[in-house]
Amino acid sequence: MEKWSLITITVLLGLTVRWTVSLGPYSGAGKPPMYGDYEAQRHWQEVTYNLPVKQWYFNTSDNNLQYWGLDYPPLTAYHSLLCAYVAKLINPGWITLHTSHGYESQSHKLFMRASVLVADLLVYVPAVILYCCYLKETSVKKKISSALCTLLYPGLILIDYGHFQYNSVSLGFALWGVLFLSYDFDLSGSIAFCLAINYKQMELYHALPFFCYLLGKCFKKGLMGKGLWLLMKLAFIVILSFAVCWFPFCTDIEQILQVLRRLFPVDRGLFEDKVANIWCTISVLFKIKTFLTTEIQLKLSFALTFLTVLPSCIKLTLQPSLRGFKYGLVCCALSFFLFSFQVHEKSILLVSIPVCLVIHEIPFMSTWFLLVSTFSMLPLLLKDGLLLSYTVTMLAFLMVCTTSFSIFEKTSEEDLQLKRLSTSIRRYIPWFKTFSKVMKSLFFISVTLMGILTLISATMEPPKRLPDLFPLAVSVVSCLHFLFFLLYFNIIAMWESKDGRNQKKIS
Amino acid sequence: MAARRGWCGGRGSFLALAFGVTLLKVLLIPTYHSTDFEVHRNWLAITHSLPVSQWYYEATSEWTLDYPPFFAWFEYVLSHAGKYFDKEMLSVQNLNYSSPMTVLFQRLSVITTDMLYIYAVYQCCSCVNGKRGGKDPLENPPFVLSVLLLWNFGLLIVDHIHFQYNGFLFGFLLLSVARLFQKRYLEGAFLFAVLLHFKHIYLYVAPAYGIYLLRSYCFTANNPDGSLRWRSFSFCRLIALGSIVCLVSAVSLGPFLARGQLPQVFSRLFPFKRGLCHAYWAPNVWAVFNSIDKMLSVLGVKYQFLDPARMPKAAMTGGLVQEFQHSVLPSVTPLATLFCTAVSVLPSVFCLWFKPQGPRGFLRCLVLCALSSFLFGWHVHEKAILLAILPLSLLSVDTSRDAGIYLILSTTGHFSLFPLLFTAPELPIKILLMLLFSVYSFSSLKALFRKEPLLNWLEAVYLTGLIPIEIICEIVFPFTSWAQKLPFLPLLLTSVYCALGIIYSWLKLYISAFTEPLEVKQKEE
Repeated sequence: MEKWSLITITVLLGLTVRWTVSLGPYSGAGKPPMYGDYEAQRHWQEVTYNLPVKQWYFNTSDNNLQYWGLDYPPLTAYHSLLCAYVAKLINPGWITLHTSHGYESQSHKLFMRASVLVADLLVYVPAVILYCCYLKETSVKKKISSALCTLLYPGLILIDYGHFQYNSVSLGFALWGVLFLSYDFDLSGSIAFCLAINYKQMELYHALPFFCYLLGKCFKKGLMGKGLWLLMKLAFIVILSFAVCWFPFCTDIEQILQVLRRLFPVDRGLFEDKVANIWCTISVLFKIKTFLTTEIQLKLSFALTFLTVLPSCIKLTLQPSLRGFKYGLVCCALSFFLFSFQVHEKSILLVSIPVCLVIHEIPFMSTWFLLVSTFSMLPLLLKDGLLLSYTVTMLAFLMVCTTSFSIFEKTSEEDLQLKRLSTSIRRYIPWFKTFSKVMKSLFFISVTLMGILTLISATMEPPKRLPDLFPLAVSVVSCLHFLFFLLYFNIIAMWESKDGRNQKKIS
Repeated sequence: MAARRGWCGGRGSFLALAFGVTLLKVLLIPTYHSTDFEVHRNWLAITHSLPVSQWYYEATSEWTLDYPPFFAWFEYVLSHAGKYFDKEMLSVQNLNYSSPMTVLFQRLSVITTDMLYIYAVYQCCSCVNGKRGGKDPLENPPFVLSVLLLWNFGLLIVDHIHFQYNGFLFGFLLLSVARLFQKRYLEGAFLFAVLLHFKHIYLYVAPAYGIYLLRSYCFTANNPDGSLRWRSFSFCRLIALGSIVCLVSAVSLGPFLARGQLPQVFSRLFPFKRGLCHAYWAPNVWAVFNSIDKMLSVLGVKYQFLDPARMPKAAMTGGLVQEFQHSVLPSVTPLATLFCTAVSVLPSVFCLWFKPQGPRGFLRCLVLCALSSFLFGWHVHEKAILLAILPLSLLSVDTSRDAGIYLILSTTGHFSLFPLLFTAPELPIKILLMLLFSVYSFSSLKALFRKEPLLNWLEAVYLTGLIPIEIICEIVFPFTSWAQKLPFLPLLLTSVYCALGIIYSWLKLYISAFTEPLEVKQKEE
């Protein structure tokens, strides 16, 4: 079949799954007084439409920040405003100030879901398709497969179309950034990434690799001549795009400070709910939140994050390569997720999307990671009543990955990109055999474990004394997985370099 | 054998396809379901809580049991699984009961019984010549056929959104077709007989079965020129066939015959009280007939040929009423439709008898029977078009000519199913799934028949015309002032436009049946 029809089919499949998932429940449906993220997004439409820009981020009599106050950067606010204009055309009751709190109806749900689909279709889907179609040195089959797997990644679908958020916009902009950088359109790439940050501050998880890669590129061109010129251009364009995004707030320094305070709520603590990161896991044994002051927590998390991102960032600055850039994105985002301050369970998506970018290179490990990442959000998804969609999309994703990449045949050391590591290990431990079998059995154990935990959390009542037992178990298990993946991704980002890939091609 | 071997390599991909579509069906569980959902719930309740003797008399709900006994028994078996989900759904008095567990159970029952369909598709795929096509495993005929059948748009929306049990019924049909292909005639006949006692709509294609079995099974040999050798008639085979059919009928209808309830059963199965066309006109000859009548009456009133006072009242409501009074053209009686159907079926049956073309000829005759009765039948449902589309899929991967016909028929036929889903949340689903299926069928069949063009320009223009029709009917029309005055205009437009395509492909299929060279089998040997 022709390539275009395969791509069309891929996109249509992705959209079909998205829309069918969106028919299910959303977060906080019918749960007053606070409802959930769905109400938050609707409330932002209400606030941005009815109040002047100056009041958006301030606590006023018309804008109670305790009730889903706006805590995302300006682009989200503008997007809400745009949606609000459309909502006004259809039914003004959806966004009237105060009285529309907790508004729910079938047609409003349809409108909100459609707004997610439109945003997704405009930003994320084209980025994925373009990225996969222009992958270098890959067969058509692999390109289509990676597009299909990326579009069917359950985590993003479930959060955006089930739980209800607009993650595909910020992640899509970040993808556009990667896409532009891989074709040396450095300036456009920077703009795209600035848009991503200004849509969701969580995109800062990706900021370091972008920065290091571009800086390394400047170094490579020579800091005195072309490199300096590029660096200046980049700095200018970044400042310019930030200025444009923040233009309405630039009138007053207090405005900017207030927005920043809203974006980085330090007082909300080290972590909320049950997150599959290191702090939540340690808290099982040692209650960090009670024993350490907030300031120490902040310093500790900063130090650990900094230390863990350092290797991949240094490597990226010294040897900027596209491959290193993608793995750098994975490593940094994962470190931030595991160690940084105030992490949400949904932030794992920031790791998953870069992993989708390398799924054609390490299909086995990527599939595994993407499954675990979705699993780590299980407690949230169960709370929203998304068990059915969760199970179906997980199984579908696993099936698509296994059939299109035949992942179980790709567990050799070359395929895992661990050749170099194992040869250097063998130098010291001659009896060391192979990663292949170990990885395969670990995969099966992990999938079984996830299946069992899903089954238990979905069907059984937790014991009375430990109401959080199952969510905690899910978090701890996923956290252990993530630590293992952090190690793995760092190893292949550090060890395997260009010649490793060339060797593989020759063999 | 080469075909078989080639296909065995595709078992993995077949399983993936089947598993994938099953997952999609599960995702569709929360979608809209029509009154057919309540119909089947009511039947579950009737068969579960009443003795057999009252099954065909019970009339608490307006949705009385009007399928043959095997289907009733099928509901009876299901109801015993259903009681573990929600006992309330099994009460006859609980009209319009649809608790989440009931929905889950009924949806899952459709999905699980579809296993038979999946198995039947697998058997059909192994009957197809797998040698042709490119090296790419995605481009060999069995794979294409399995996608066309498993991911069939019509079946997906009718069964898994609208709600019906066509999947496993078509499983019986396709399995019996596959058995005939494999020359296991008795099994094929048995399966078809069983199918008839599940849902009698399959009587439409019974002529093809009867003639084919008589011609190719009861007569064991042909003359060298392909004509019938009368002496080769095998009486044993006829008796074997007859006894299978009688035995199945006895098991199904026997209990009712013993109680003397047979007339009641038949009055339920064949209700001729309904109108010529269903509420939404199925895209057949009568839809065109009705709209010509309407057009003439409008023109007549305008140019004062007709007296508006003397015209029947219902004529202007456009497809709302079941009893439709023609104002200019003569009214159509059930007998007339029966006559038309018989006349339109006959040539295909003659062709099957005098010009045997092996199982492919049989399949073509089967499709023609289904199409003819769809086009000329009394009170035809739009869903009945699947009876032609699904068997035609088997032919479509063999020759480019059939592939072209298949594309026209499946696209228009599937499009004509659109009005089944009229709720807003399902609008994107039907459009996406339709696009998915159409893009796949066009591009895969094009890849199979690289050199031959599948459609001529007129057909291409006609099919592209469906896009503006859809846009006008579902997106533009509701915002115009006509939406209040003539709410049924989009339905009329859809059914007439689709009717043209279906009539055209029926004619084209007839022509290809008559001009196909004799007995392809000899060439292969």
